[in-house]
Amino acid sequence: MSTTVVVGSSIGGVRTAQALRREGYEGRVVLVGEQAREPYDKPPLSKQFLAGDWEQERLVILPRATAAAEGIELRLGVPATGLDVAGRQVLLSDGSRLDYDHVVIATGASARPPRWRQGAGVHVLRTLDDGRALRADLERGGPVVVIGGGFIGAEVAATTRALGLEVTVVDPVLTPMGRMVGTEIGRYFRDLHQRNGVTTRFGVGVQGISGAAGSLRVQLTDGALLDAAAVVVGIGAVPNDGWLTDSGLCLRDGVLCDEYSRAVDAPDVFAVGDVARWFHPDRGQYTRVEHWTNAVEQAACVAHNIVHPGDRRPYRPVEYVWSDQYDWKIQMVGRPFRGTHQELVGELGDGRSRAVMFYSDDTGHLCGAVTINWPRALVQCRRQLHAGATFDDAVAAVERLLSASEPNAPVATTVGSS
Amino acid sequence: MPVLKSDVTVCQGYANCVETAPDAYDVGDDGKVVLLRQDITEAERPRFEEAVRSCPMNALRIEDA
Repeated sequence: MSTTVVVGSSIGGVRTAQALRREGYEGRVVLVGEQAREPYDKPPLSKQFLAGDWEQERLVILPRATAAAEGIELRLGVPATGLDVAGRQVLLSDGSRLDYDHVVIATGASARPPRWRQGAGVHVLRTLDDGRALRADLERGGPVVVIGGGFIGAEVAATTRALGLEVTVVDPVLTPMGRMVGTEIGRYFRDLHQRNGVTTRFGVGVQGISGAAGSLRVQLTDGALLDAAAVVVGIGAVPNDGWLTDSGLCLRDGVLCDEYSRAVDAPDVFAVGDVARWFHPDRGQYTRVEHWTNAVEQAACVAHNIVHPGDRRPYRPVEYVWSDQYDWKIQMVGRPFRGTHQELVGELGDGRSRAVMFYSDDTGHLCGAVTINWPRALVQCRRQLHAGATFDDAVAAVERLLSASEPNAPVATTVGSS
Repeated sequence: MPVLKSDVTVCQGYANCVETAPDAYDVGDDGKVVLLRQDITEAERPRFEEAVRSCPMNALRIEDA
């Protein structure tokens, strides 16, 4: 009987294991995880979990009973320490080895460690333990300084502010999420945070952090000093590929893979999610994406490619990420940061207004979109990006939604779960 | 016969289901999932399982009627 070992028990690894079964894989499926707890989901860590609305049981994505029912063997609490590609074995921290016919690397990424200081009231947010530690500190009160105005930083700021704590966000970029979406729409996000009582220090860097847990001081590059009971640092992530250093696999800020998500020069090795840098055939370049949806979609593609080697599919996604801040739902598709021209459709101001920012590249094609409080427009933008639509056609499609926004007639709607 | 179900009280309009199975799921003007069909065949189940598992809120399920 053949064996597929999936290394990594977050969303990418779990969905790969499940997708193998869905594709009809009949061999052994072994899921290896560094953490001993049941596999859990991470997006709520900066939102519902941090707010105290969800407890950790609700984060579990693969209960042990479900794994058993689906024929997935769990090896949790035993991190992989190496890969013997020639011998087809995964090396585990307890000294044991797992033979494989295929291995899927899904070890994700870690929060980039703050260079100013770590621990003692200075938090990152990536794991459940990170989330628990931050939540405990927030319960002791503010003020809180958030370093980094990207997705994590902006969400933590929003959640912390909603808990009633004083919050300051600091980032050398001029607006929240500015690296991803540009400053034109980013200023609406800055206004959103300010409207909700967050102090923003954009365009300023951090010089250092001093003091002790509970009474920290953050010094900014303009000389300002901010008092903080706790500091949260969200300055990106780094792929967890260090355990593969001796494997001979080609590592380039992630595991380098071909268009089928197979490691280059190692056809039995696949990679999924944050740790994978694969060749995107539509882009003609190697790409690494850190979003939840990417891990899920790549998992499905890799499982298919393992089970159906005669019908391999290239992985060619349109990136998608969502973020919830205050009462705003922000959804982003494609690659807005590649845009050279942009246009806003809809209204953005106080309250729950809705709008889309469209981005086009130099060829006049849509290359990305950011929707605010408008999931139906998001669906349309995603379709337009998949179809390779021109900018003008994409804008027109969403403008049609504005004039005739009747949903398709539902055949049934179930309220409440059963 | 498998039947598709959705829970609009949980749905957040992330719309991954529409991406995976546009013949069965859409998002309405209120930003919530809309089921375009409910009955599916056993042969179709894997594709809809993929859609169910693409939901970040776990708002979808397949029930055996």
